[in-house]
Amino acid sequence: MNPIKTFPKGGVHPEENKLSSDQPIITFEIPKQVIIPLGQCLGAPAEPIVAKGDKVKVGQLIATAKGFISANVHSSVSGTVNKIDEVMDHTGYRKPAIFIDVEGDEWLEGIDTSDTLVKDITLSSEEIVERIKQHGIVGLGGATFPTYVKLMIPKDKKAEYVIINAAECEPYLTCDNRLLLEKPYEFLVGVKVIMKAVNAPKGVVGIEVNKMEAAKKLDEIVKGDKYFEGIEIQPLKTKYPQGGEKQLIKSVTGREVPSGKLPIETGCVVVNVASTFAIYEAVQKNKPLVYRVVTVTGKSVKKPSNFLTRIGTPANMLIEAAGGLPEDTANLINGGPMMGKSVSVTSFPTIKGTSGILMLNEKEAQPREVSNCIRCGKCMQACPMGLEPYLLNRLARQNNFEETEKHNIMDCIECGSCEFTCPANIPLADYIRYGKTKTGQLIRSRNQK
Amino acid sequence: MSNILLWSLVILGILGGVAAVILFFVAKKFKVEENPLIDEVESVLAGANCGGCGFAGCRNFAEACVKAAAEKQSLSGLNCPSSDMSKVAGLLGLTATVAEPMIAVVRCNGTCENAPSKVHYEGADICGFANTLYAGENGCPNGCLGLGDCVKKCQFNALHINKETGLPEVDEDKCVGCGACAKACPRGVIEIRAKGKNNRRVYVACNNVEKGAIAMKNCKVSCIGCQKCFKTCPFEAIEMRGNLAYIDYTKCKQCRKCVEACPRGSIHEVNFPPRKPKETNVEQPNESKE
Repeated sequence: MNPIKTFPKGGVHPEENKLSSDQPIITFEIPKQVIIPLGQCLGAPAEPIVAKGDKVKVGQLIATAKGFISANVHSSVSGTVNKIDEVMDHTGYRKPAIFIDVEGDEWLEGIDTSDTLVKDITLSSEEIVERIKQHGIVGLGGATFPTYVKLMIPKDKKAEYVIINAAECEPYLTCDNRLLLEKPYEFLVGVKVIMKAVNAPKGVVGIEVNKMEAAKKLDEIVKGDKYFEGIEIQPLKTKYPQGGEKQLIKSVTGREVPSGKLPIETGCVVVNVASTFAIYEAVQKNKPLVYRVVTVTGKSVKKPSNFLTRIGTPANMLIEAAGGLPEDTANLINGGPMMGKSVSVTSFPTIKGTSGILMLNEKEAQPREVSNCIRCGKCMQACPMGLEPYLLNRLARQNNFEETEKHNIMDCIECGSCEFTCPANIPLADYIRYGKTKTGQLIRSRNQK
Repeated sequence: MSNILLWSLVILGILGGVAAVILFFVAKKFKVEENPLIDEVESVLAGANCGGCGFAGCRNFAEACVKAAAEKQSLSGLNCPSSDMSKVAGLLGLTATVAEPMIAVVRCNGTCENAPSKVHYEGADICGFANTLYAGENGCPNGCLGLGDCVKKCQFNALHINKETGLPEVDEDKCVGCGACAKACPRGVIEIRAKGKNNRRVYVACNNVEKGAIAMKNCKVSCIGCQKCFKTCPFEAIEMRGNLAYIDYTKCKQCRKCVEACPRGSIHEVNFPPRKPKETNVEQPNESKE
């Protein structure tokens, strides 16, 4: 294996707390009713093409993408459409969703549901991208950006590396780690598929050293089989945000993505582990994105687990299966503790972007007293993008969005390292996120003129 | 010792004198001719730069007034909500058309008691940010978030958050109805309405557009779109905007029949004399300042 690499600037190291890393993936029971929200990806929500009373099968297209940045939505169960109504999602707002009553588990014809490994890639690169688009694959790390958009390489650019983000730098989450340990062959074929889709000669799996078991296993397979030639396993230092797209590219290749540009400028395409597995299933097995691995964890949780869940399963069922909501839960988070969002209800449906459900106990989520900024500069040292969080925070509070733009607020990746390290407990990331949205609006309105 | 002091004073004095002479001539040569009326008009304005007139600041407004007076001999369309327009008109030799005084009205009564908090928010104290994150501590996606974006924008110190209710309160004497708070509110909870005859107003203190059943769960005093007020109103002043009743203040004759008809107590009457004792079931509005 290669020597350990890392990105040079900033970063923090929160307590890892990978409580569920030894728990094998459990295939979760199919609930009686699933609620499939229409807005499951970054960009425009999909438009439903089924009506009340329609019979659907697993893998059937039920809502089509609307616009360029949008993804198809498929039924994750077989049964009858109960209604198309609004459901309270994890934010507490009501969003349109399709409710399906489950009857049996009948898959759509043409989908290979067996466990056999399909190694031969018969489709051409255009067909692969088209298949990924049709099967509604989005970035499953949490950002839910439609994957096919990433894989469409502009004519004047050339993809050199396919980098797989197996860093899983978020504390607590273990879904990617488990997937690598339990489905290494499928995963590696997925990498090959992506390499063919973007016509890249090299594939690099960037993996943090706290997942050495998985890294060794993958390395053995790659070295032992000629088929996997071109794939490398790259161990990375355990540091947050190692899995950030720009940080990962810097760590693996030493290249830096220019400000305001996409990773393809550096000849890299970055895909998450879960997405790679989904791509394998979509391309080799013709299986749309109907399930994903969700980590349900927390220090007070009785059985921290990894569940293979159908999209649309209510979160409270998963929490129940992990031993119930602990009494001392102070904060319920959709995602990891660093970038996930706190939720106000437990009944929200799991969607494509739900990588984890985390229950922080009272001790961890203790409200901390906010004091004034003393200009210690710790946030500047922690910022992996080399920004000045204390300054952006101040400017955003003053609603001075011309200045925030000059200080490159749009390069912020919202990792929250600044907030984590701040001794005054100022919610820096919140203010910067606010500033970022407002600055984005300002830039858009200026471009329209 | 005294020599150094003396020399310093002499040299600095000479330098100052020379600079003053130069500046005097430069100022004469490059003097910008400006209508002195603009300064006079600006001096009678409130000087808060609140933006209620639609201009960037008080100076711009004064310029616009002087220009309009010279070109059109009228001030139509120009109104400063925070100062006396008759003074401005007097300076320009015109008579002012007095605009109806306006006031900010908070269309939410989701107090801690009426709409109890289900979750606790921790983070940036900006409504505009919290609005993108979640529906609100009480679960209402249209109600006041209580973080005070409106208070921060008010130039007249007319708004403050009441700690007990968690809602902003408008100081009727200080509010000029410039609309800065209404623009700042990400949910459009604050509305600028006419101050009304004798400061009396009737309005729906709710901003909810969800269906009745959902609104009932979130808040005890939410408008549920039952249309009772809509049917009761003899002047057709009430319109239904989805699940929300809206009282048009230009048509409202302040008969207060809707207040009695509302089963949820979400229509508020402000500054009316108390009713006869038998009608004590009507809830006293939170905002009234009797």
